[in-house]
Amino acid sequence: MALKNVLTSSVGKKLVMGFTGIFLILFLVVHAGLNACIWANDGGEMFNKAAHFMGGNLVPRILEVGLFGGIFLHIIQGYLLTLDNRSKRSVGYAVDYSKGSKWYSRSMAILGTILLLFFILHWKHFWVPSRFTGIPEAKFYNGIEVHDVFALMKDTFSEAWVVIFYVISCAALGYHLAHGFQSAFKTIGIHNRRYHTMLSAVGMGFSIVIPTLFALMPISLYLGWIR
Amino acid sequence: MESDRTMEHYHMNLNLKVWRQPNSQTPGAFKLYRVENISSEMSFLEMFDVLNEQLIRDGEDPITFDHDCREGICGSCSMYINGKPHGPWAANTTCQLHMRAFHDGDTIVVEPWRANSFPVIKDLMVDRSAFDRIIQAGGYISVNTGNAVDGNSLPVPKDHADQAFAAAMCIGCGACVAACKNSSAMLFLSAKVSHLSLLPQGDPERSSRVVNMVAQMDKEGFGACTNTGACEATCPKEISIANIARLNKEYLLATLTAE
Repeated sequence: MALKNVLTSSVGKKLVMGFTGIFLILFLVVHAGLNACIWANDGGEMFNKAAHFMGGNLVPRILEVGLFGGIFLHIIQGYLLTLDNRSKRSVGYAVDYSKGSKWYSRSMAILGTILLLFFILHWKHFWVPSRFTGIPEAKFYNGIEVHDVFALMKDTFSEAWVVIFYVISCAALGYHLAHGFQSAFKTIGIHNRRYHTMLSAVGMGFSIVIPTLFALMPISLYLGWIR
Repeated sequence: MESDRTMEHYHMNLNLKVWRQPNSQTPGAFKLYRVENISSEMSFLEMFDVLNEQLIRDGEDPITFDHDCREGICGSCSMYINGKPHGPWAANTTCQLHMRAFHDGDTIVVEPWRANSFPVIKDLMVDRSAFDRIIQAGGYISVNTGNAVDGNSLPVPKDHADQAFAAAMCIGCGACVAACKNSSAMLFLSAKVSHLSLLPQGDPERSSRVVNMVAQMDKEGFGACTNTGACEATCPKEISIANIARLNKEYLLATLTAE
């Protein structure tokens, strides 16, 4: 069967969303783990070293290309699916059926749009300086010069509106994951009842723990819990 | 909603806001009606029969709606009542909905299934022949006719038989499409695919079935599933959304292995 026919079918489009979603879930674990180094409370040394490793090593650089590919595929396919699905009912209901599903399950496109706006700001804050415009400050650890990304974080999260926007985005991420985690595994075909129950529970835990970790990072820096 | 199922007999007067549409080409609109002295022991469709008799007496066009067995097994009835396919009761068809679900003075909003793939024929009746064409695309098994084979010659694991039977409970009413924000038919399709793929009789056409039925579903213009669960919540036969995950797996395996 032609790959084009598979990927353009209604099930194929969802498979793309599911597989890219799971890839992005795995990335969140790496990102949260690396950023959690700020809580070593050592003036950012552990975090800066970890960031230097990720920025200077060939493997993460190659994975970064795949990551951006995955993100954009997920975003573009998500919008195309949403627009296509909305076109299937020209005349809407006078009374909507809202009791059979959770609001966040029905609002994945809106939550995803909040996340897209967040990504644009987040890339401007951290990714663009680290790759293109340069990070002004540097530190030396064991004679090796590394970018002081920790100083950049402290500077970025000294503004209240940035912290508030990041926390709102983390809440959006939580609700996006609350539906997306278990939905992605159903989409790729896991239908065993025991695994469904397990994945739903793990997904709910993941959607609380990871966004909370991310939200605590700007809060910790803004409130001076980390120095 | 079980608390609404009081066995106490009472009568009620109701306001009905019913979708009227002469045909698929002409736009429709809601029209208000009042019915009086309705028994709580009537079925919802019997209440509509009373309203239609009233309309005929008044020289008006009666309301067109689908119904057949009125026993909850044929899948013909298809009313979207107060914002839910088949009305407020769980695991229930419109014909099995009784007026004890409502109270004196209630206003009930009745709409047809709304999906572009289910065009309105008239009033509350929609064309669900898209489902028939999906079945024609692969919802069958090819067997030679002749004497019935010995049942024990085809061993079926008990859990497979149970799951296949649960999927075969689908009556093809289309409530899943009506409830889904994407007008997706995947709960219906997944029930048909699961029912046959779980049994040895369905195995020879397993791959071609799922590929052809998904292609026909897309051709009919149904949306894609986003796993919100609205279909499962409203299904009168409680078809599990796990069938959609099985459909996805069947499709993925079929497309990976098809020549």
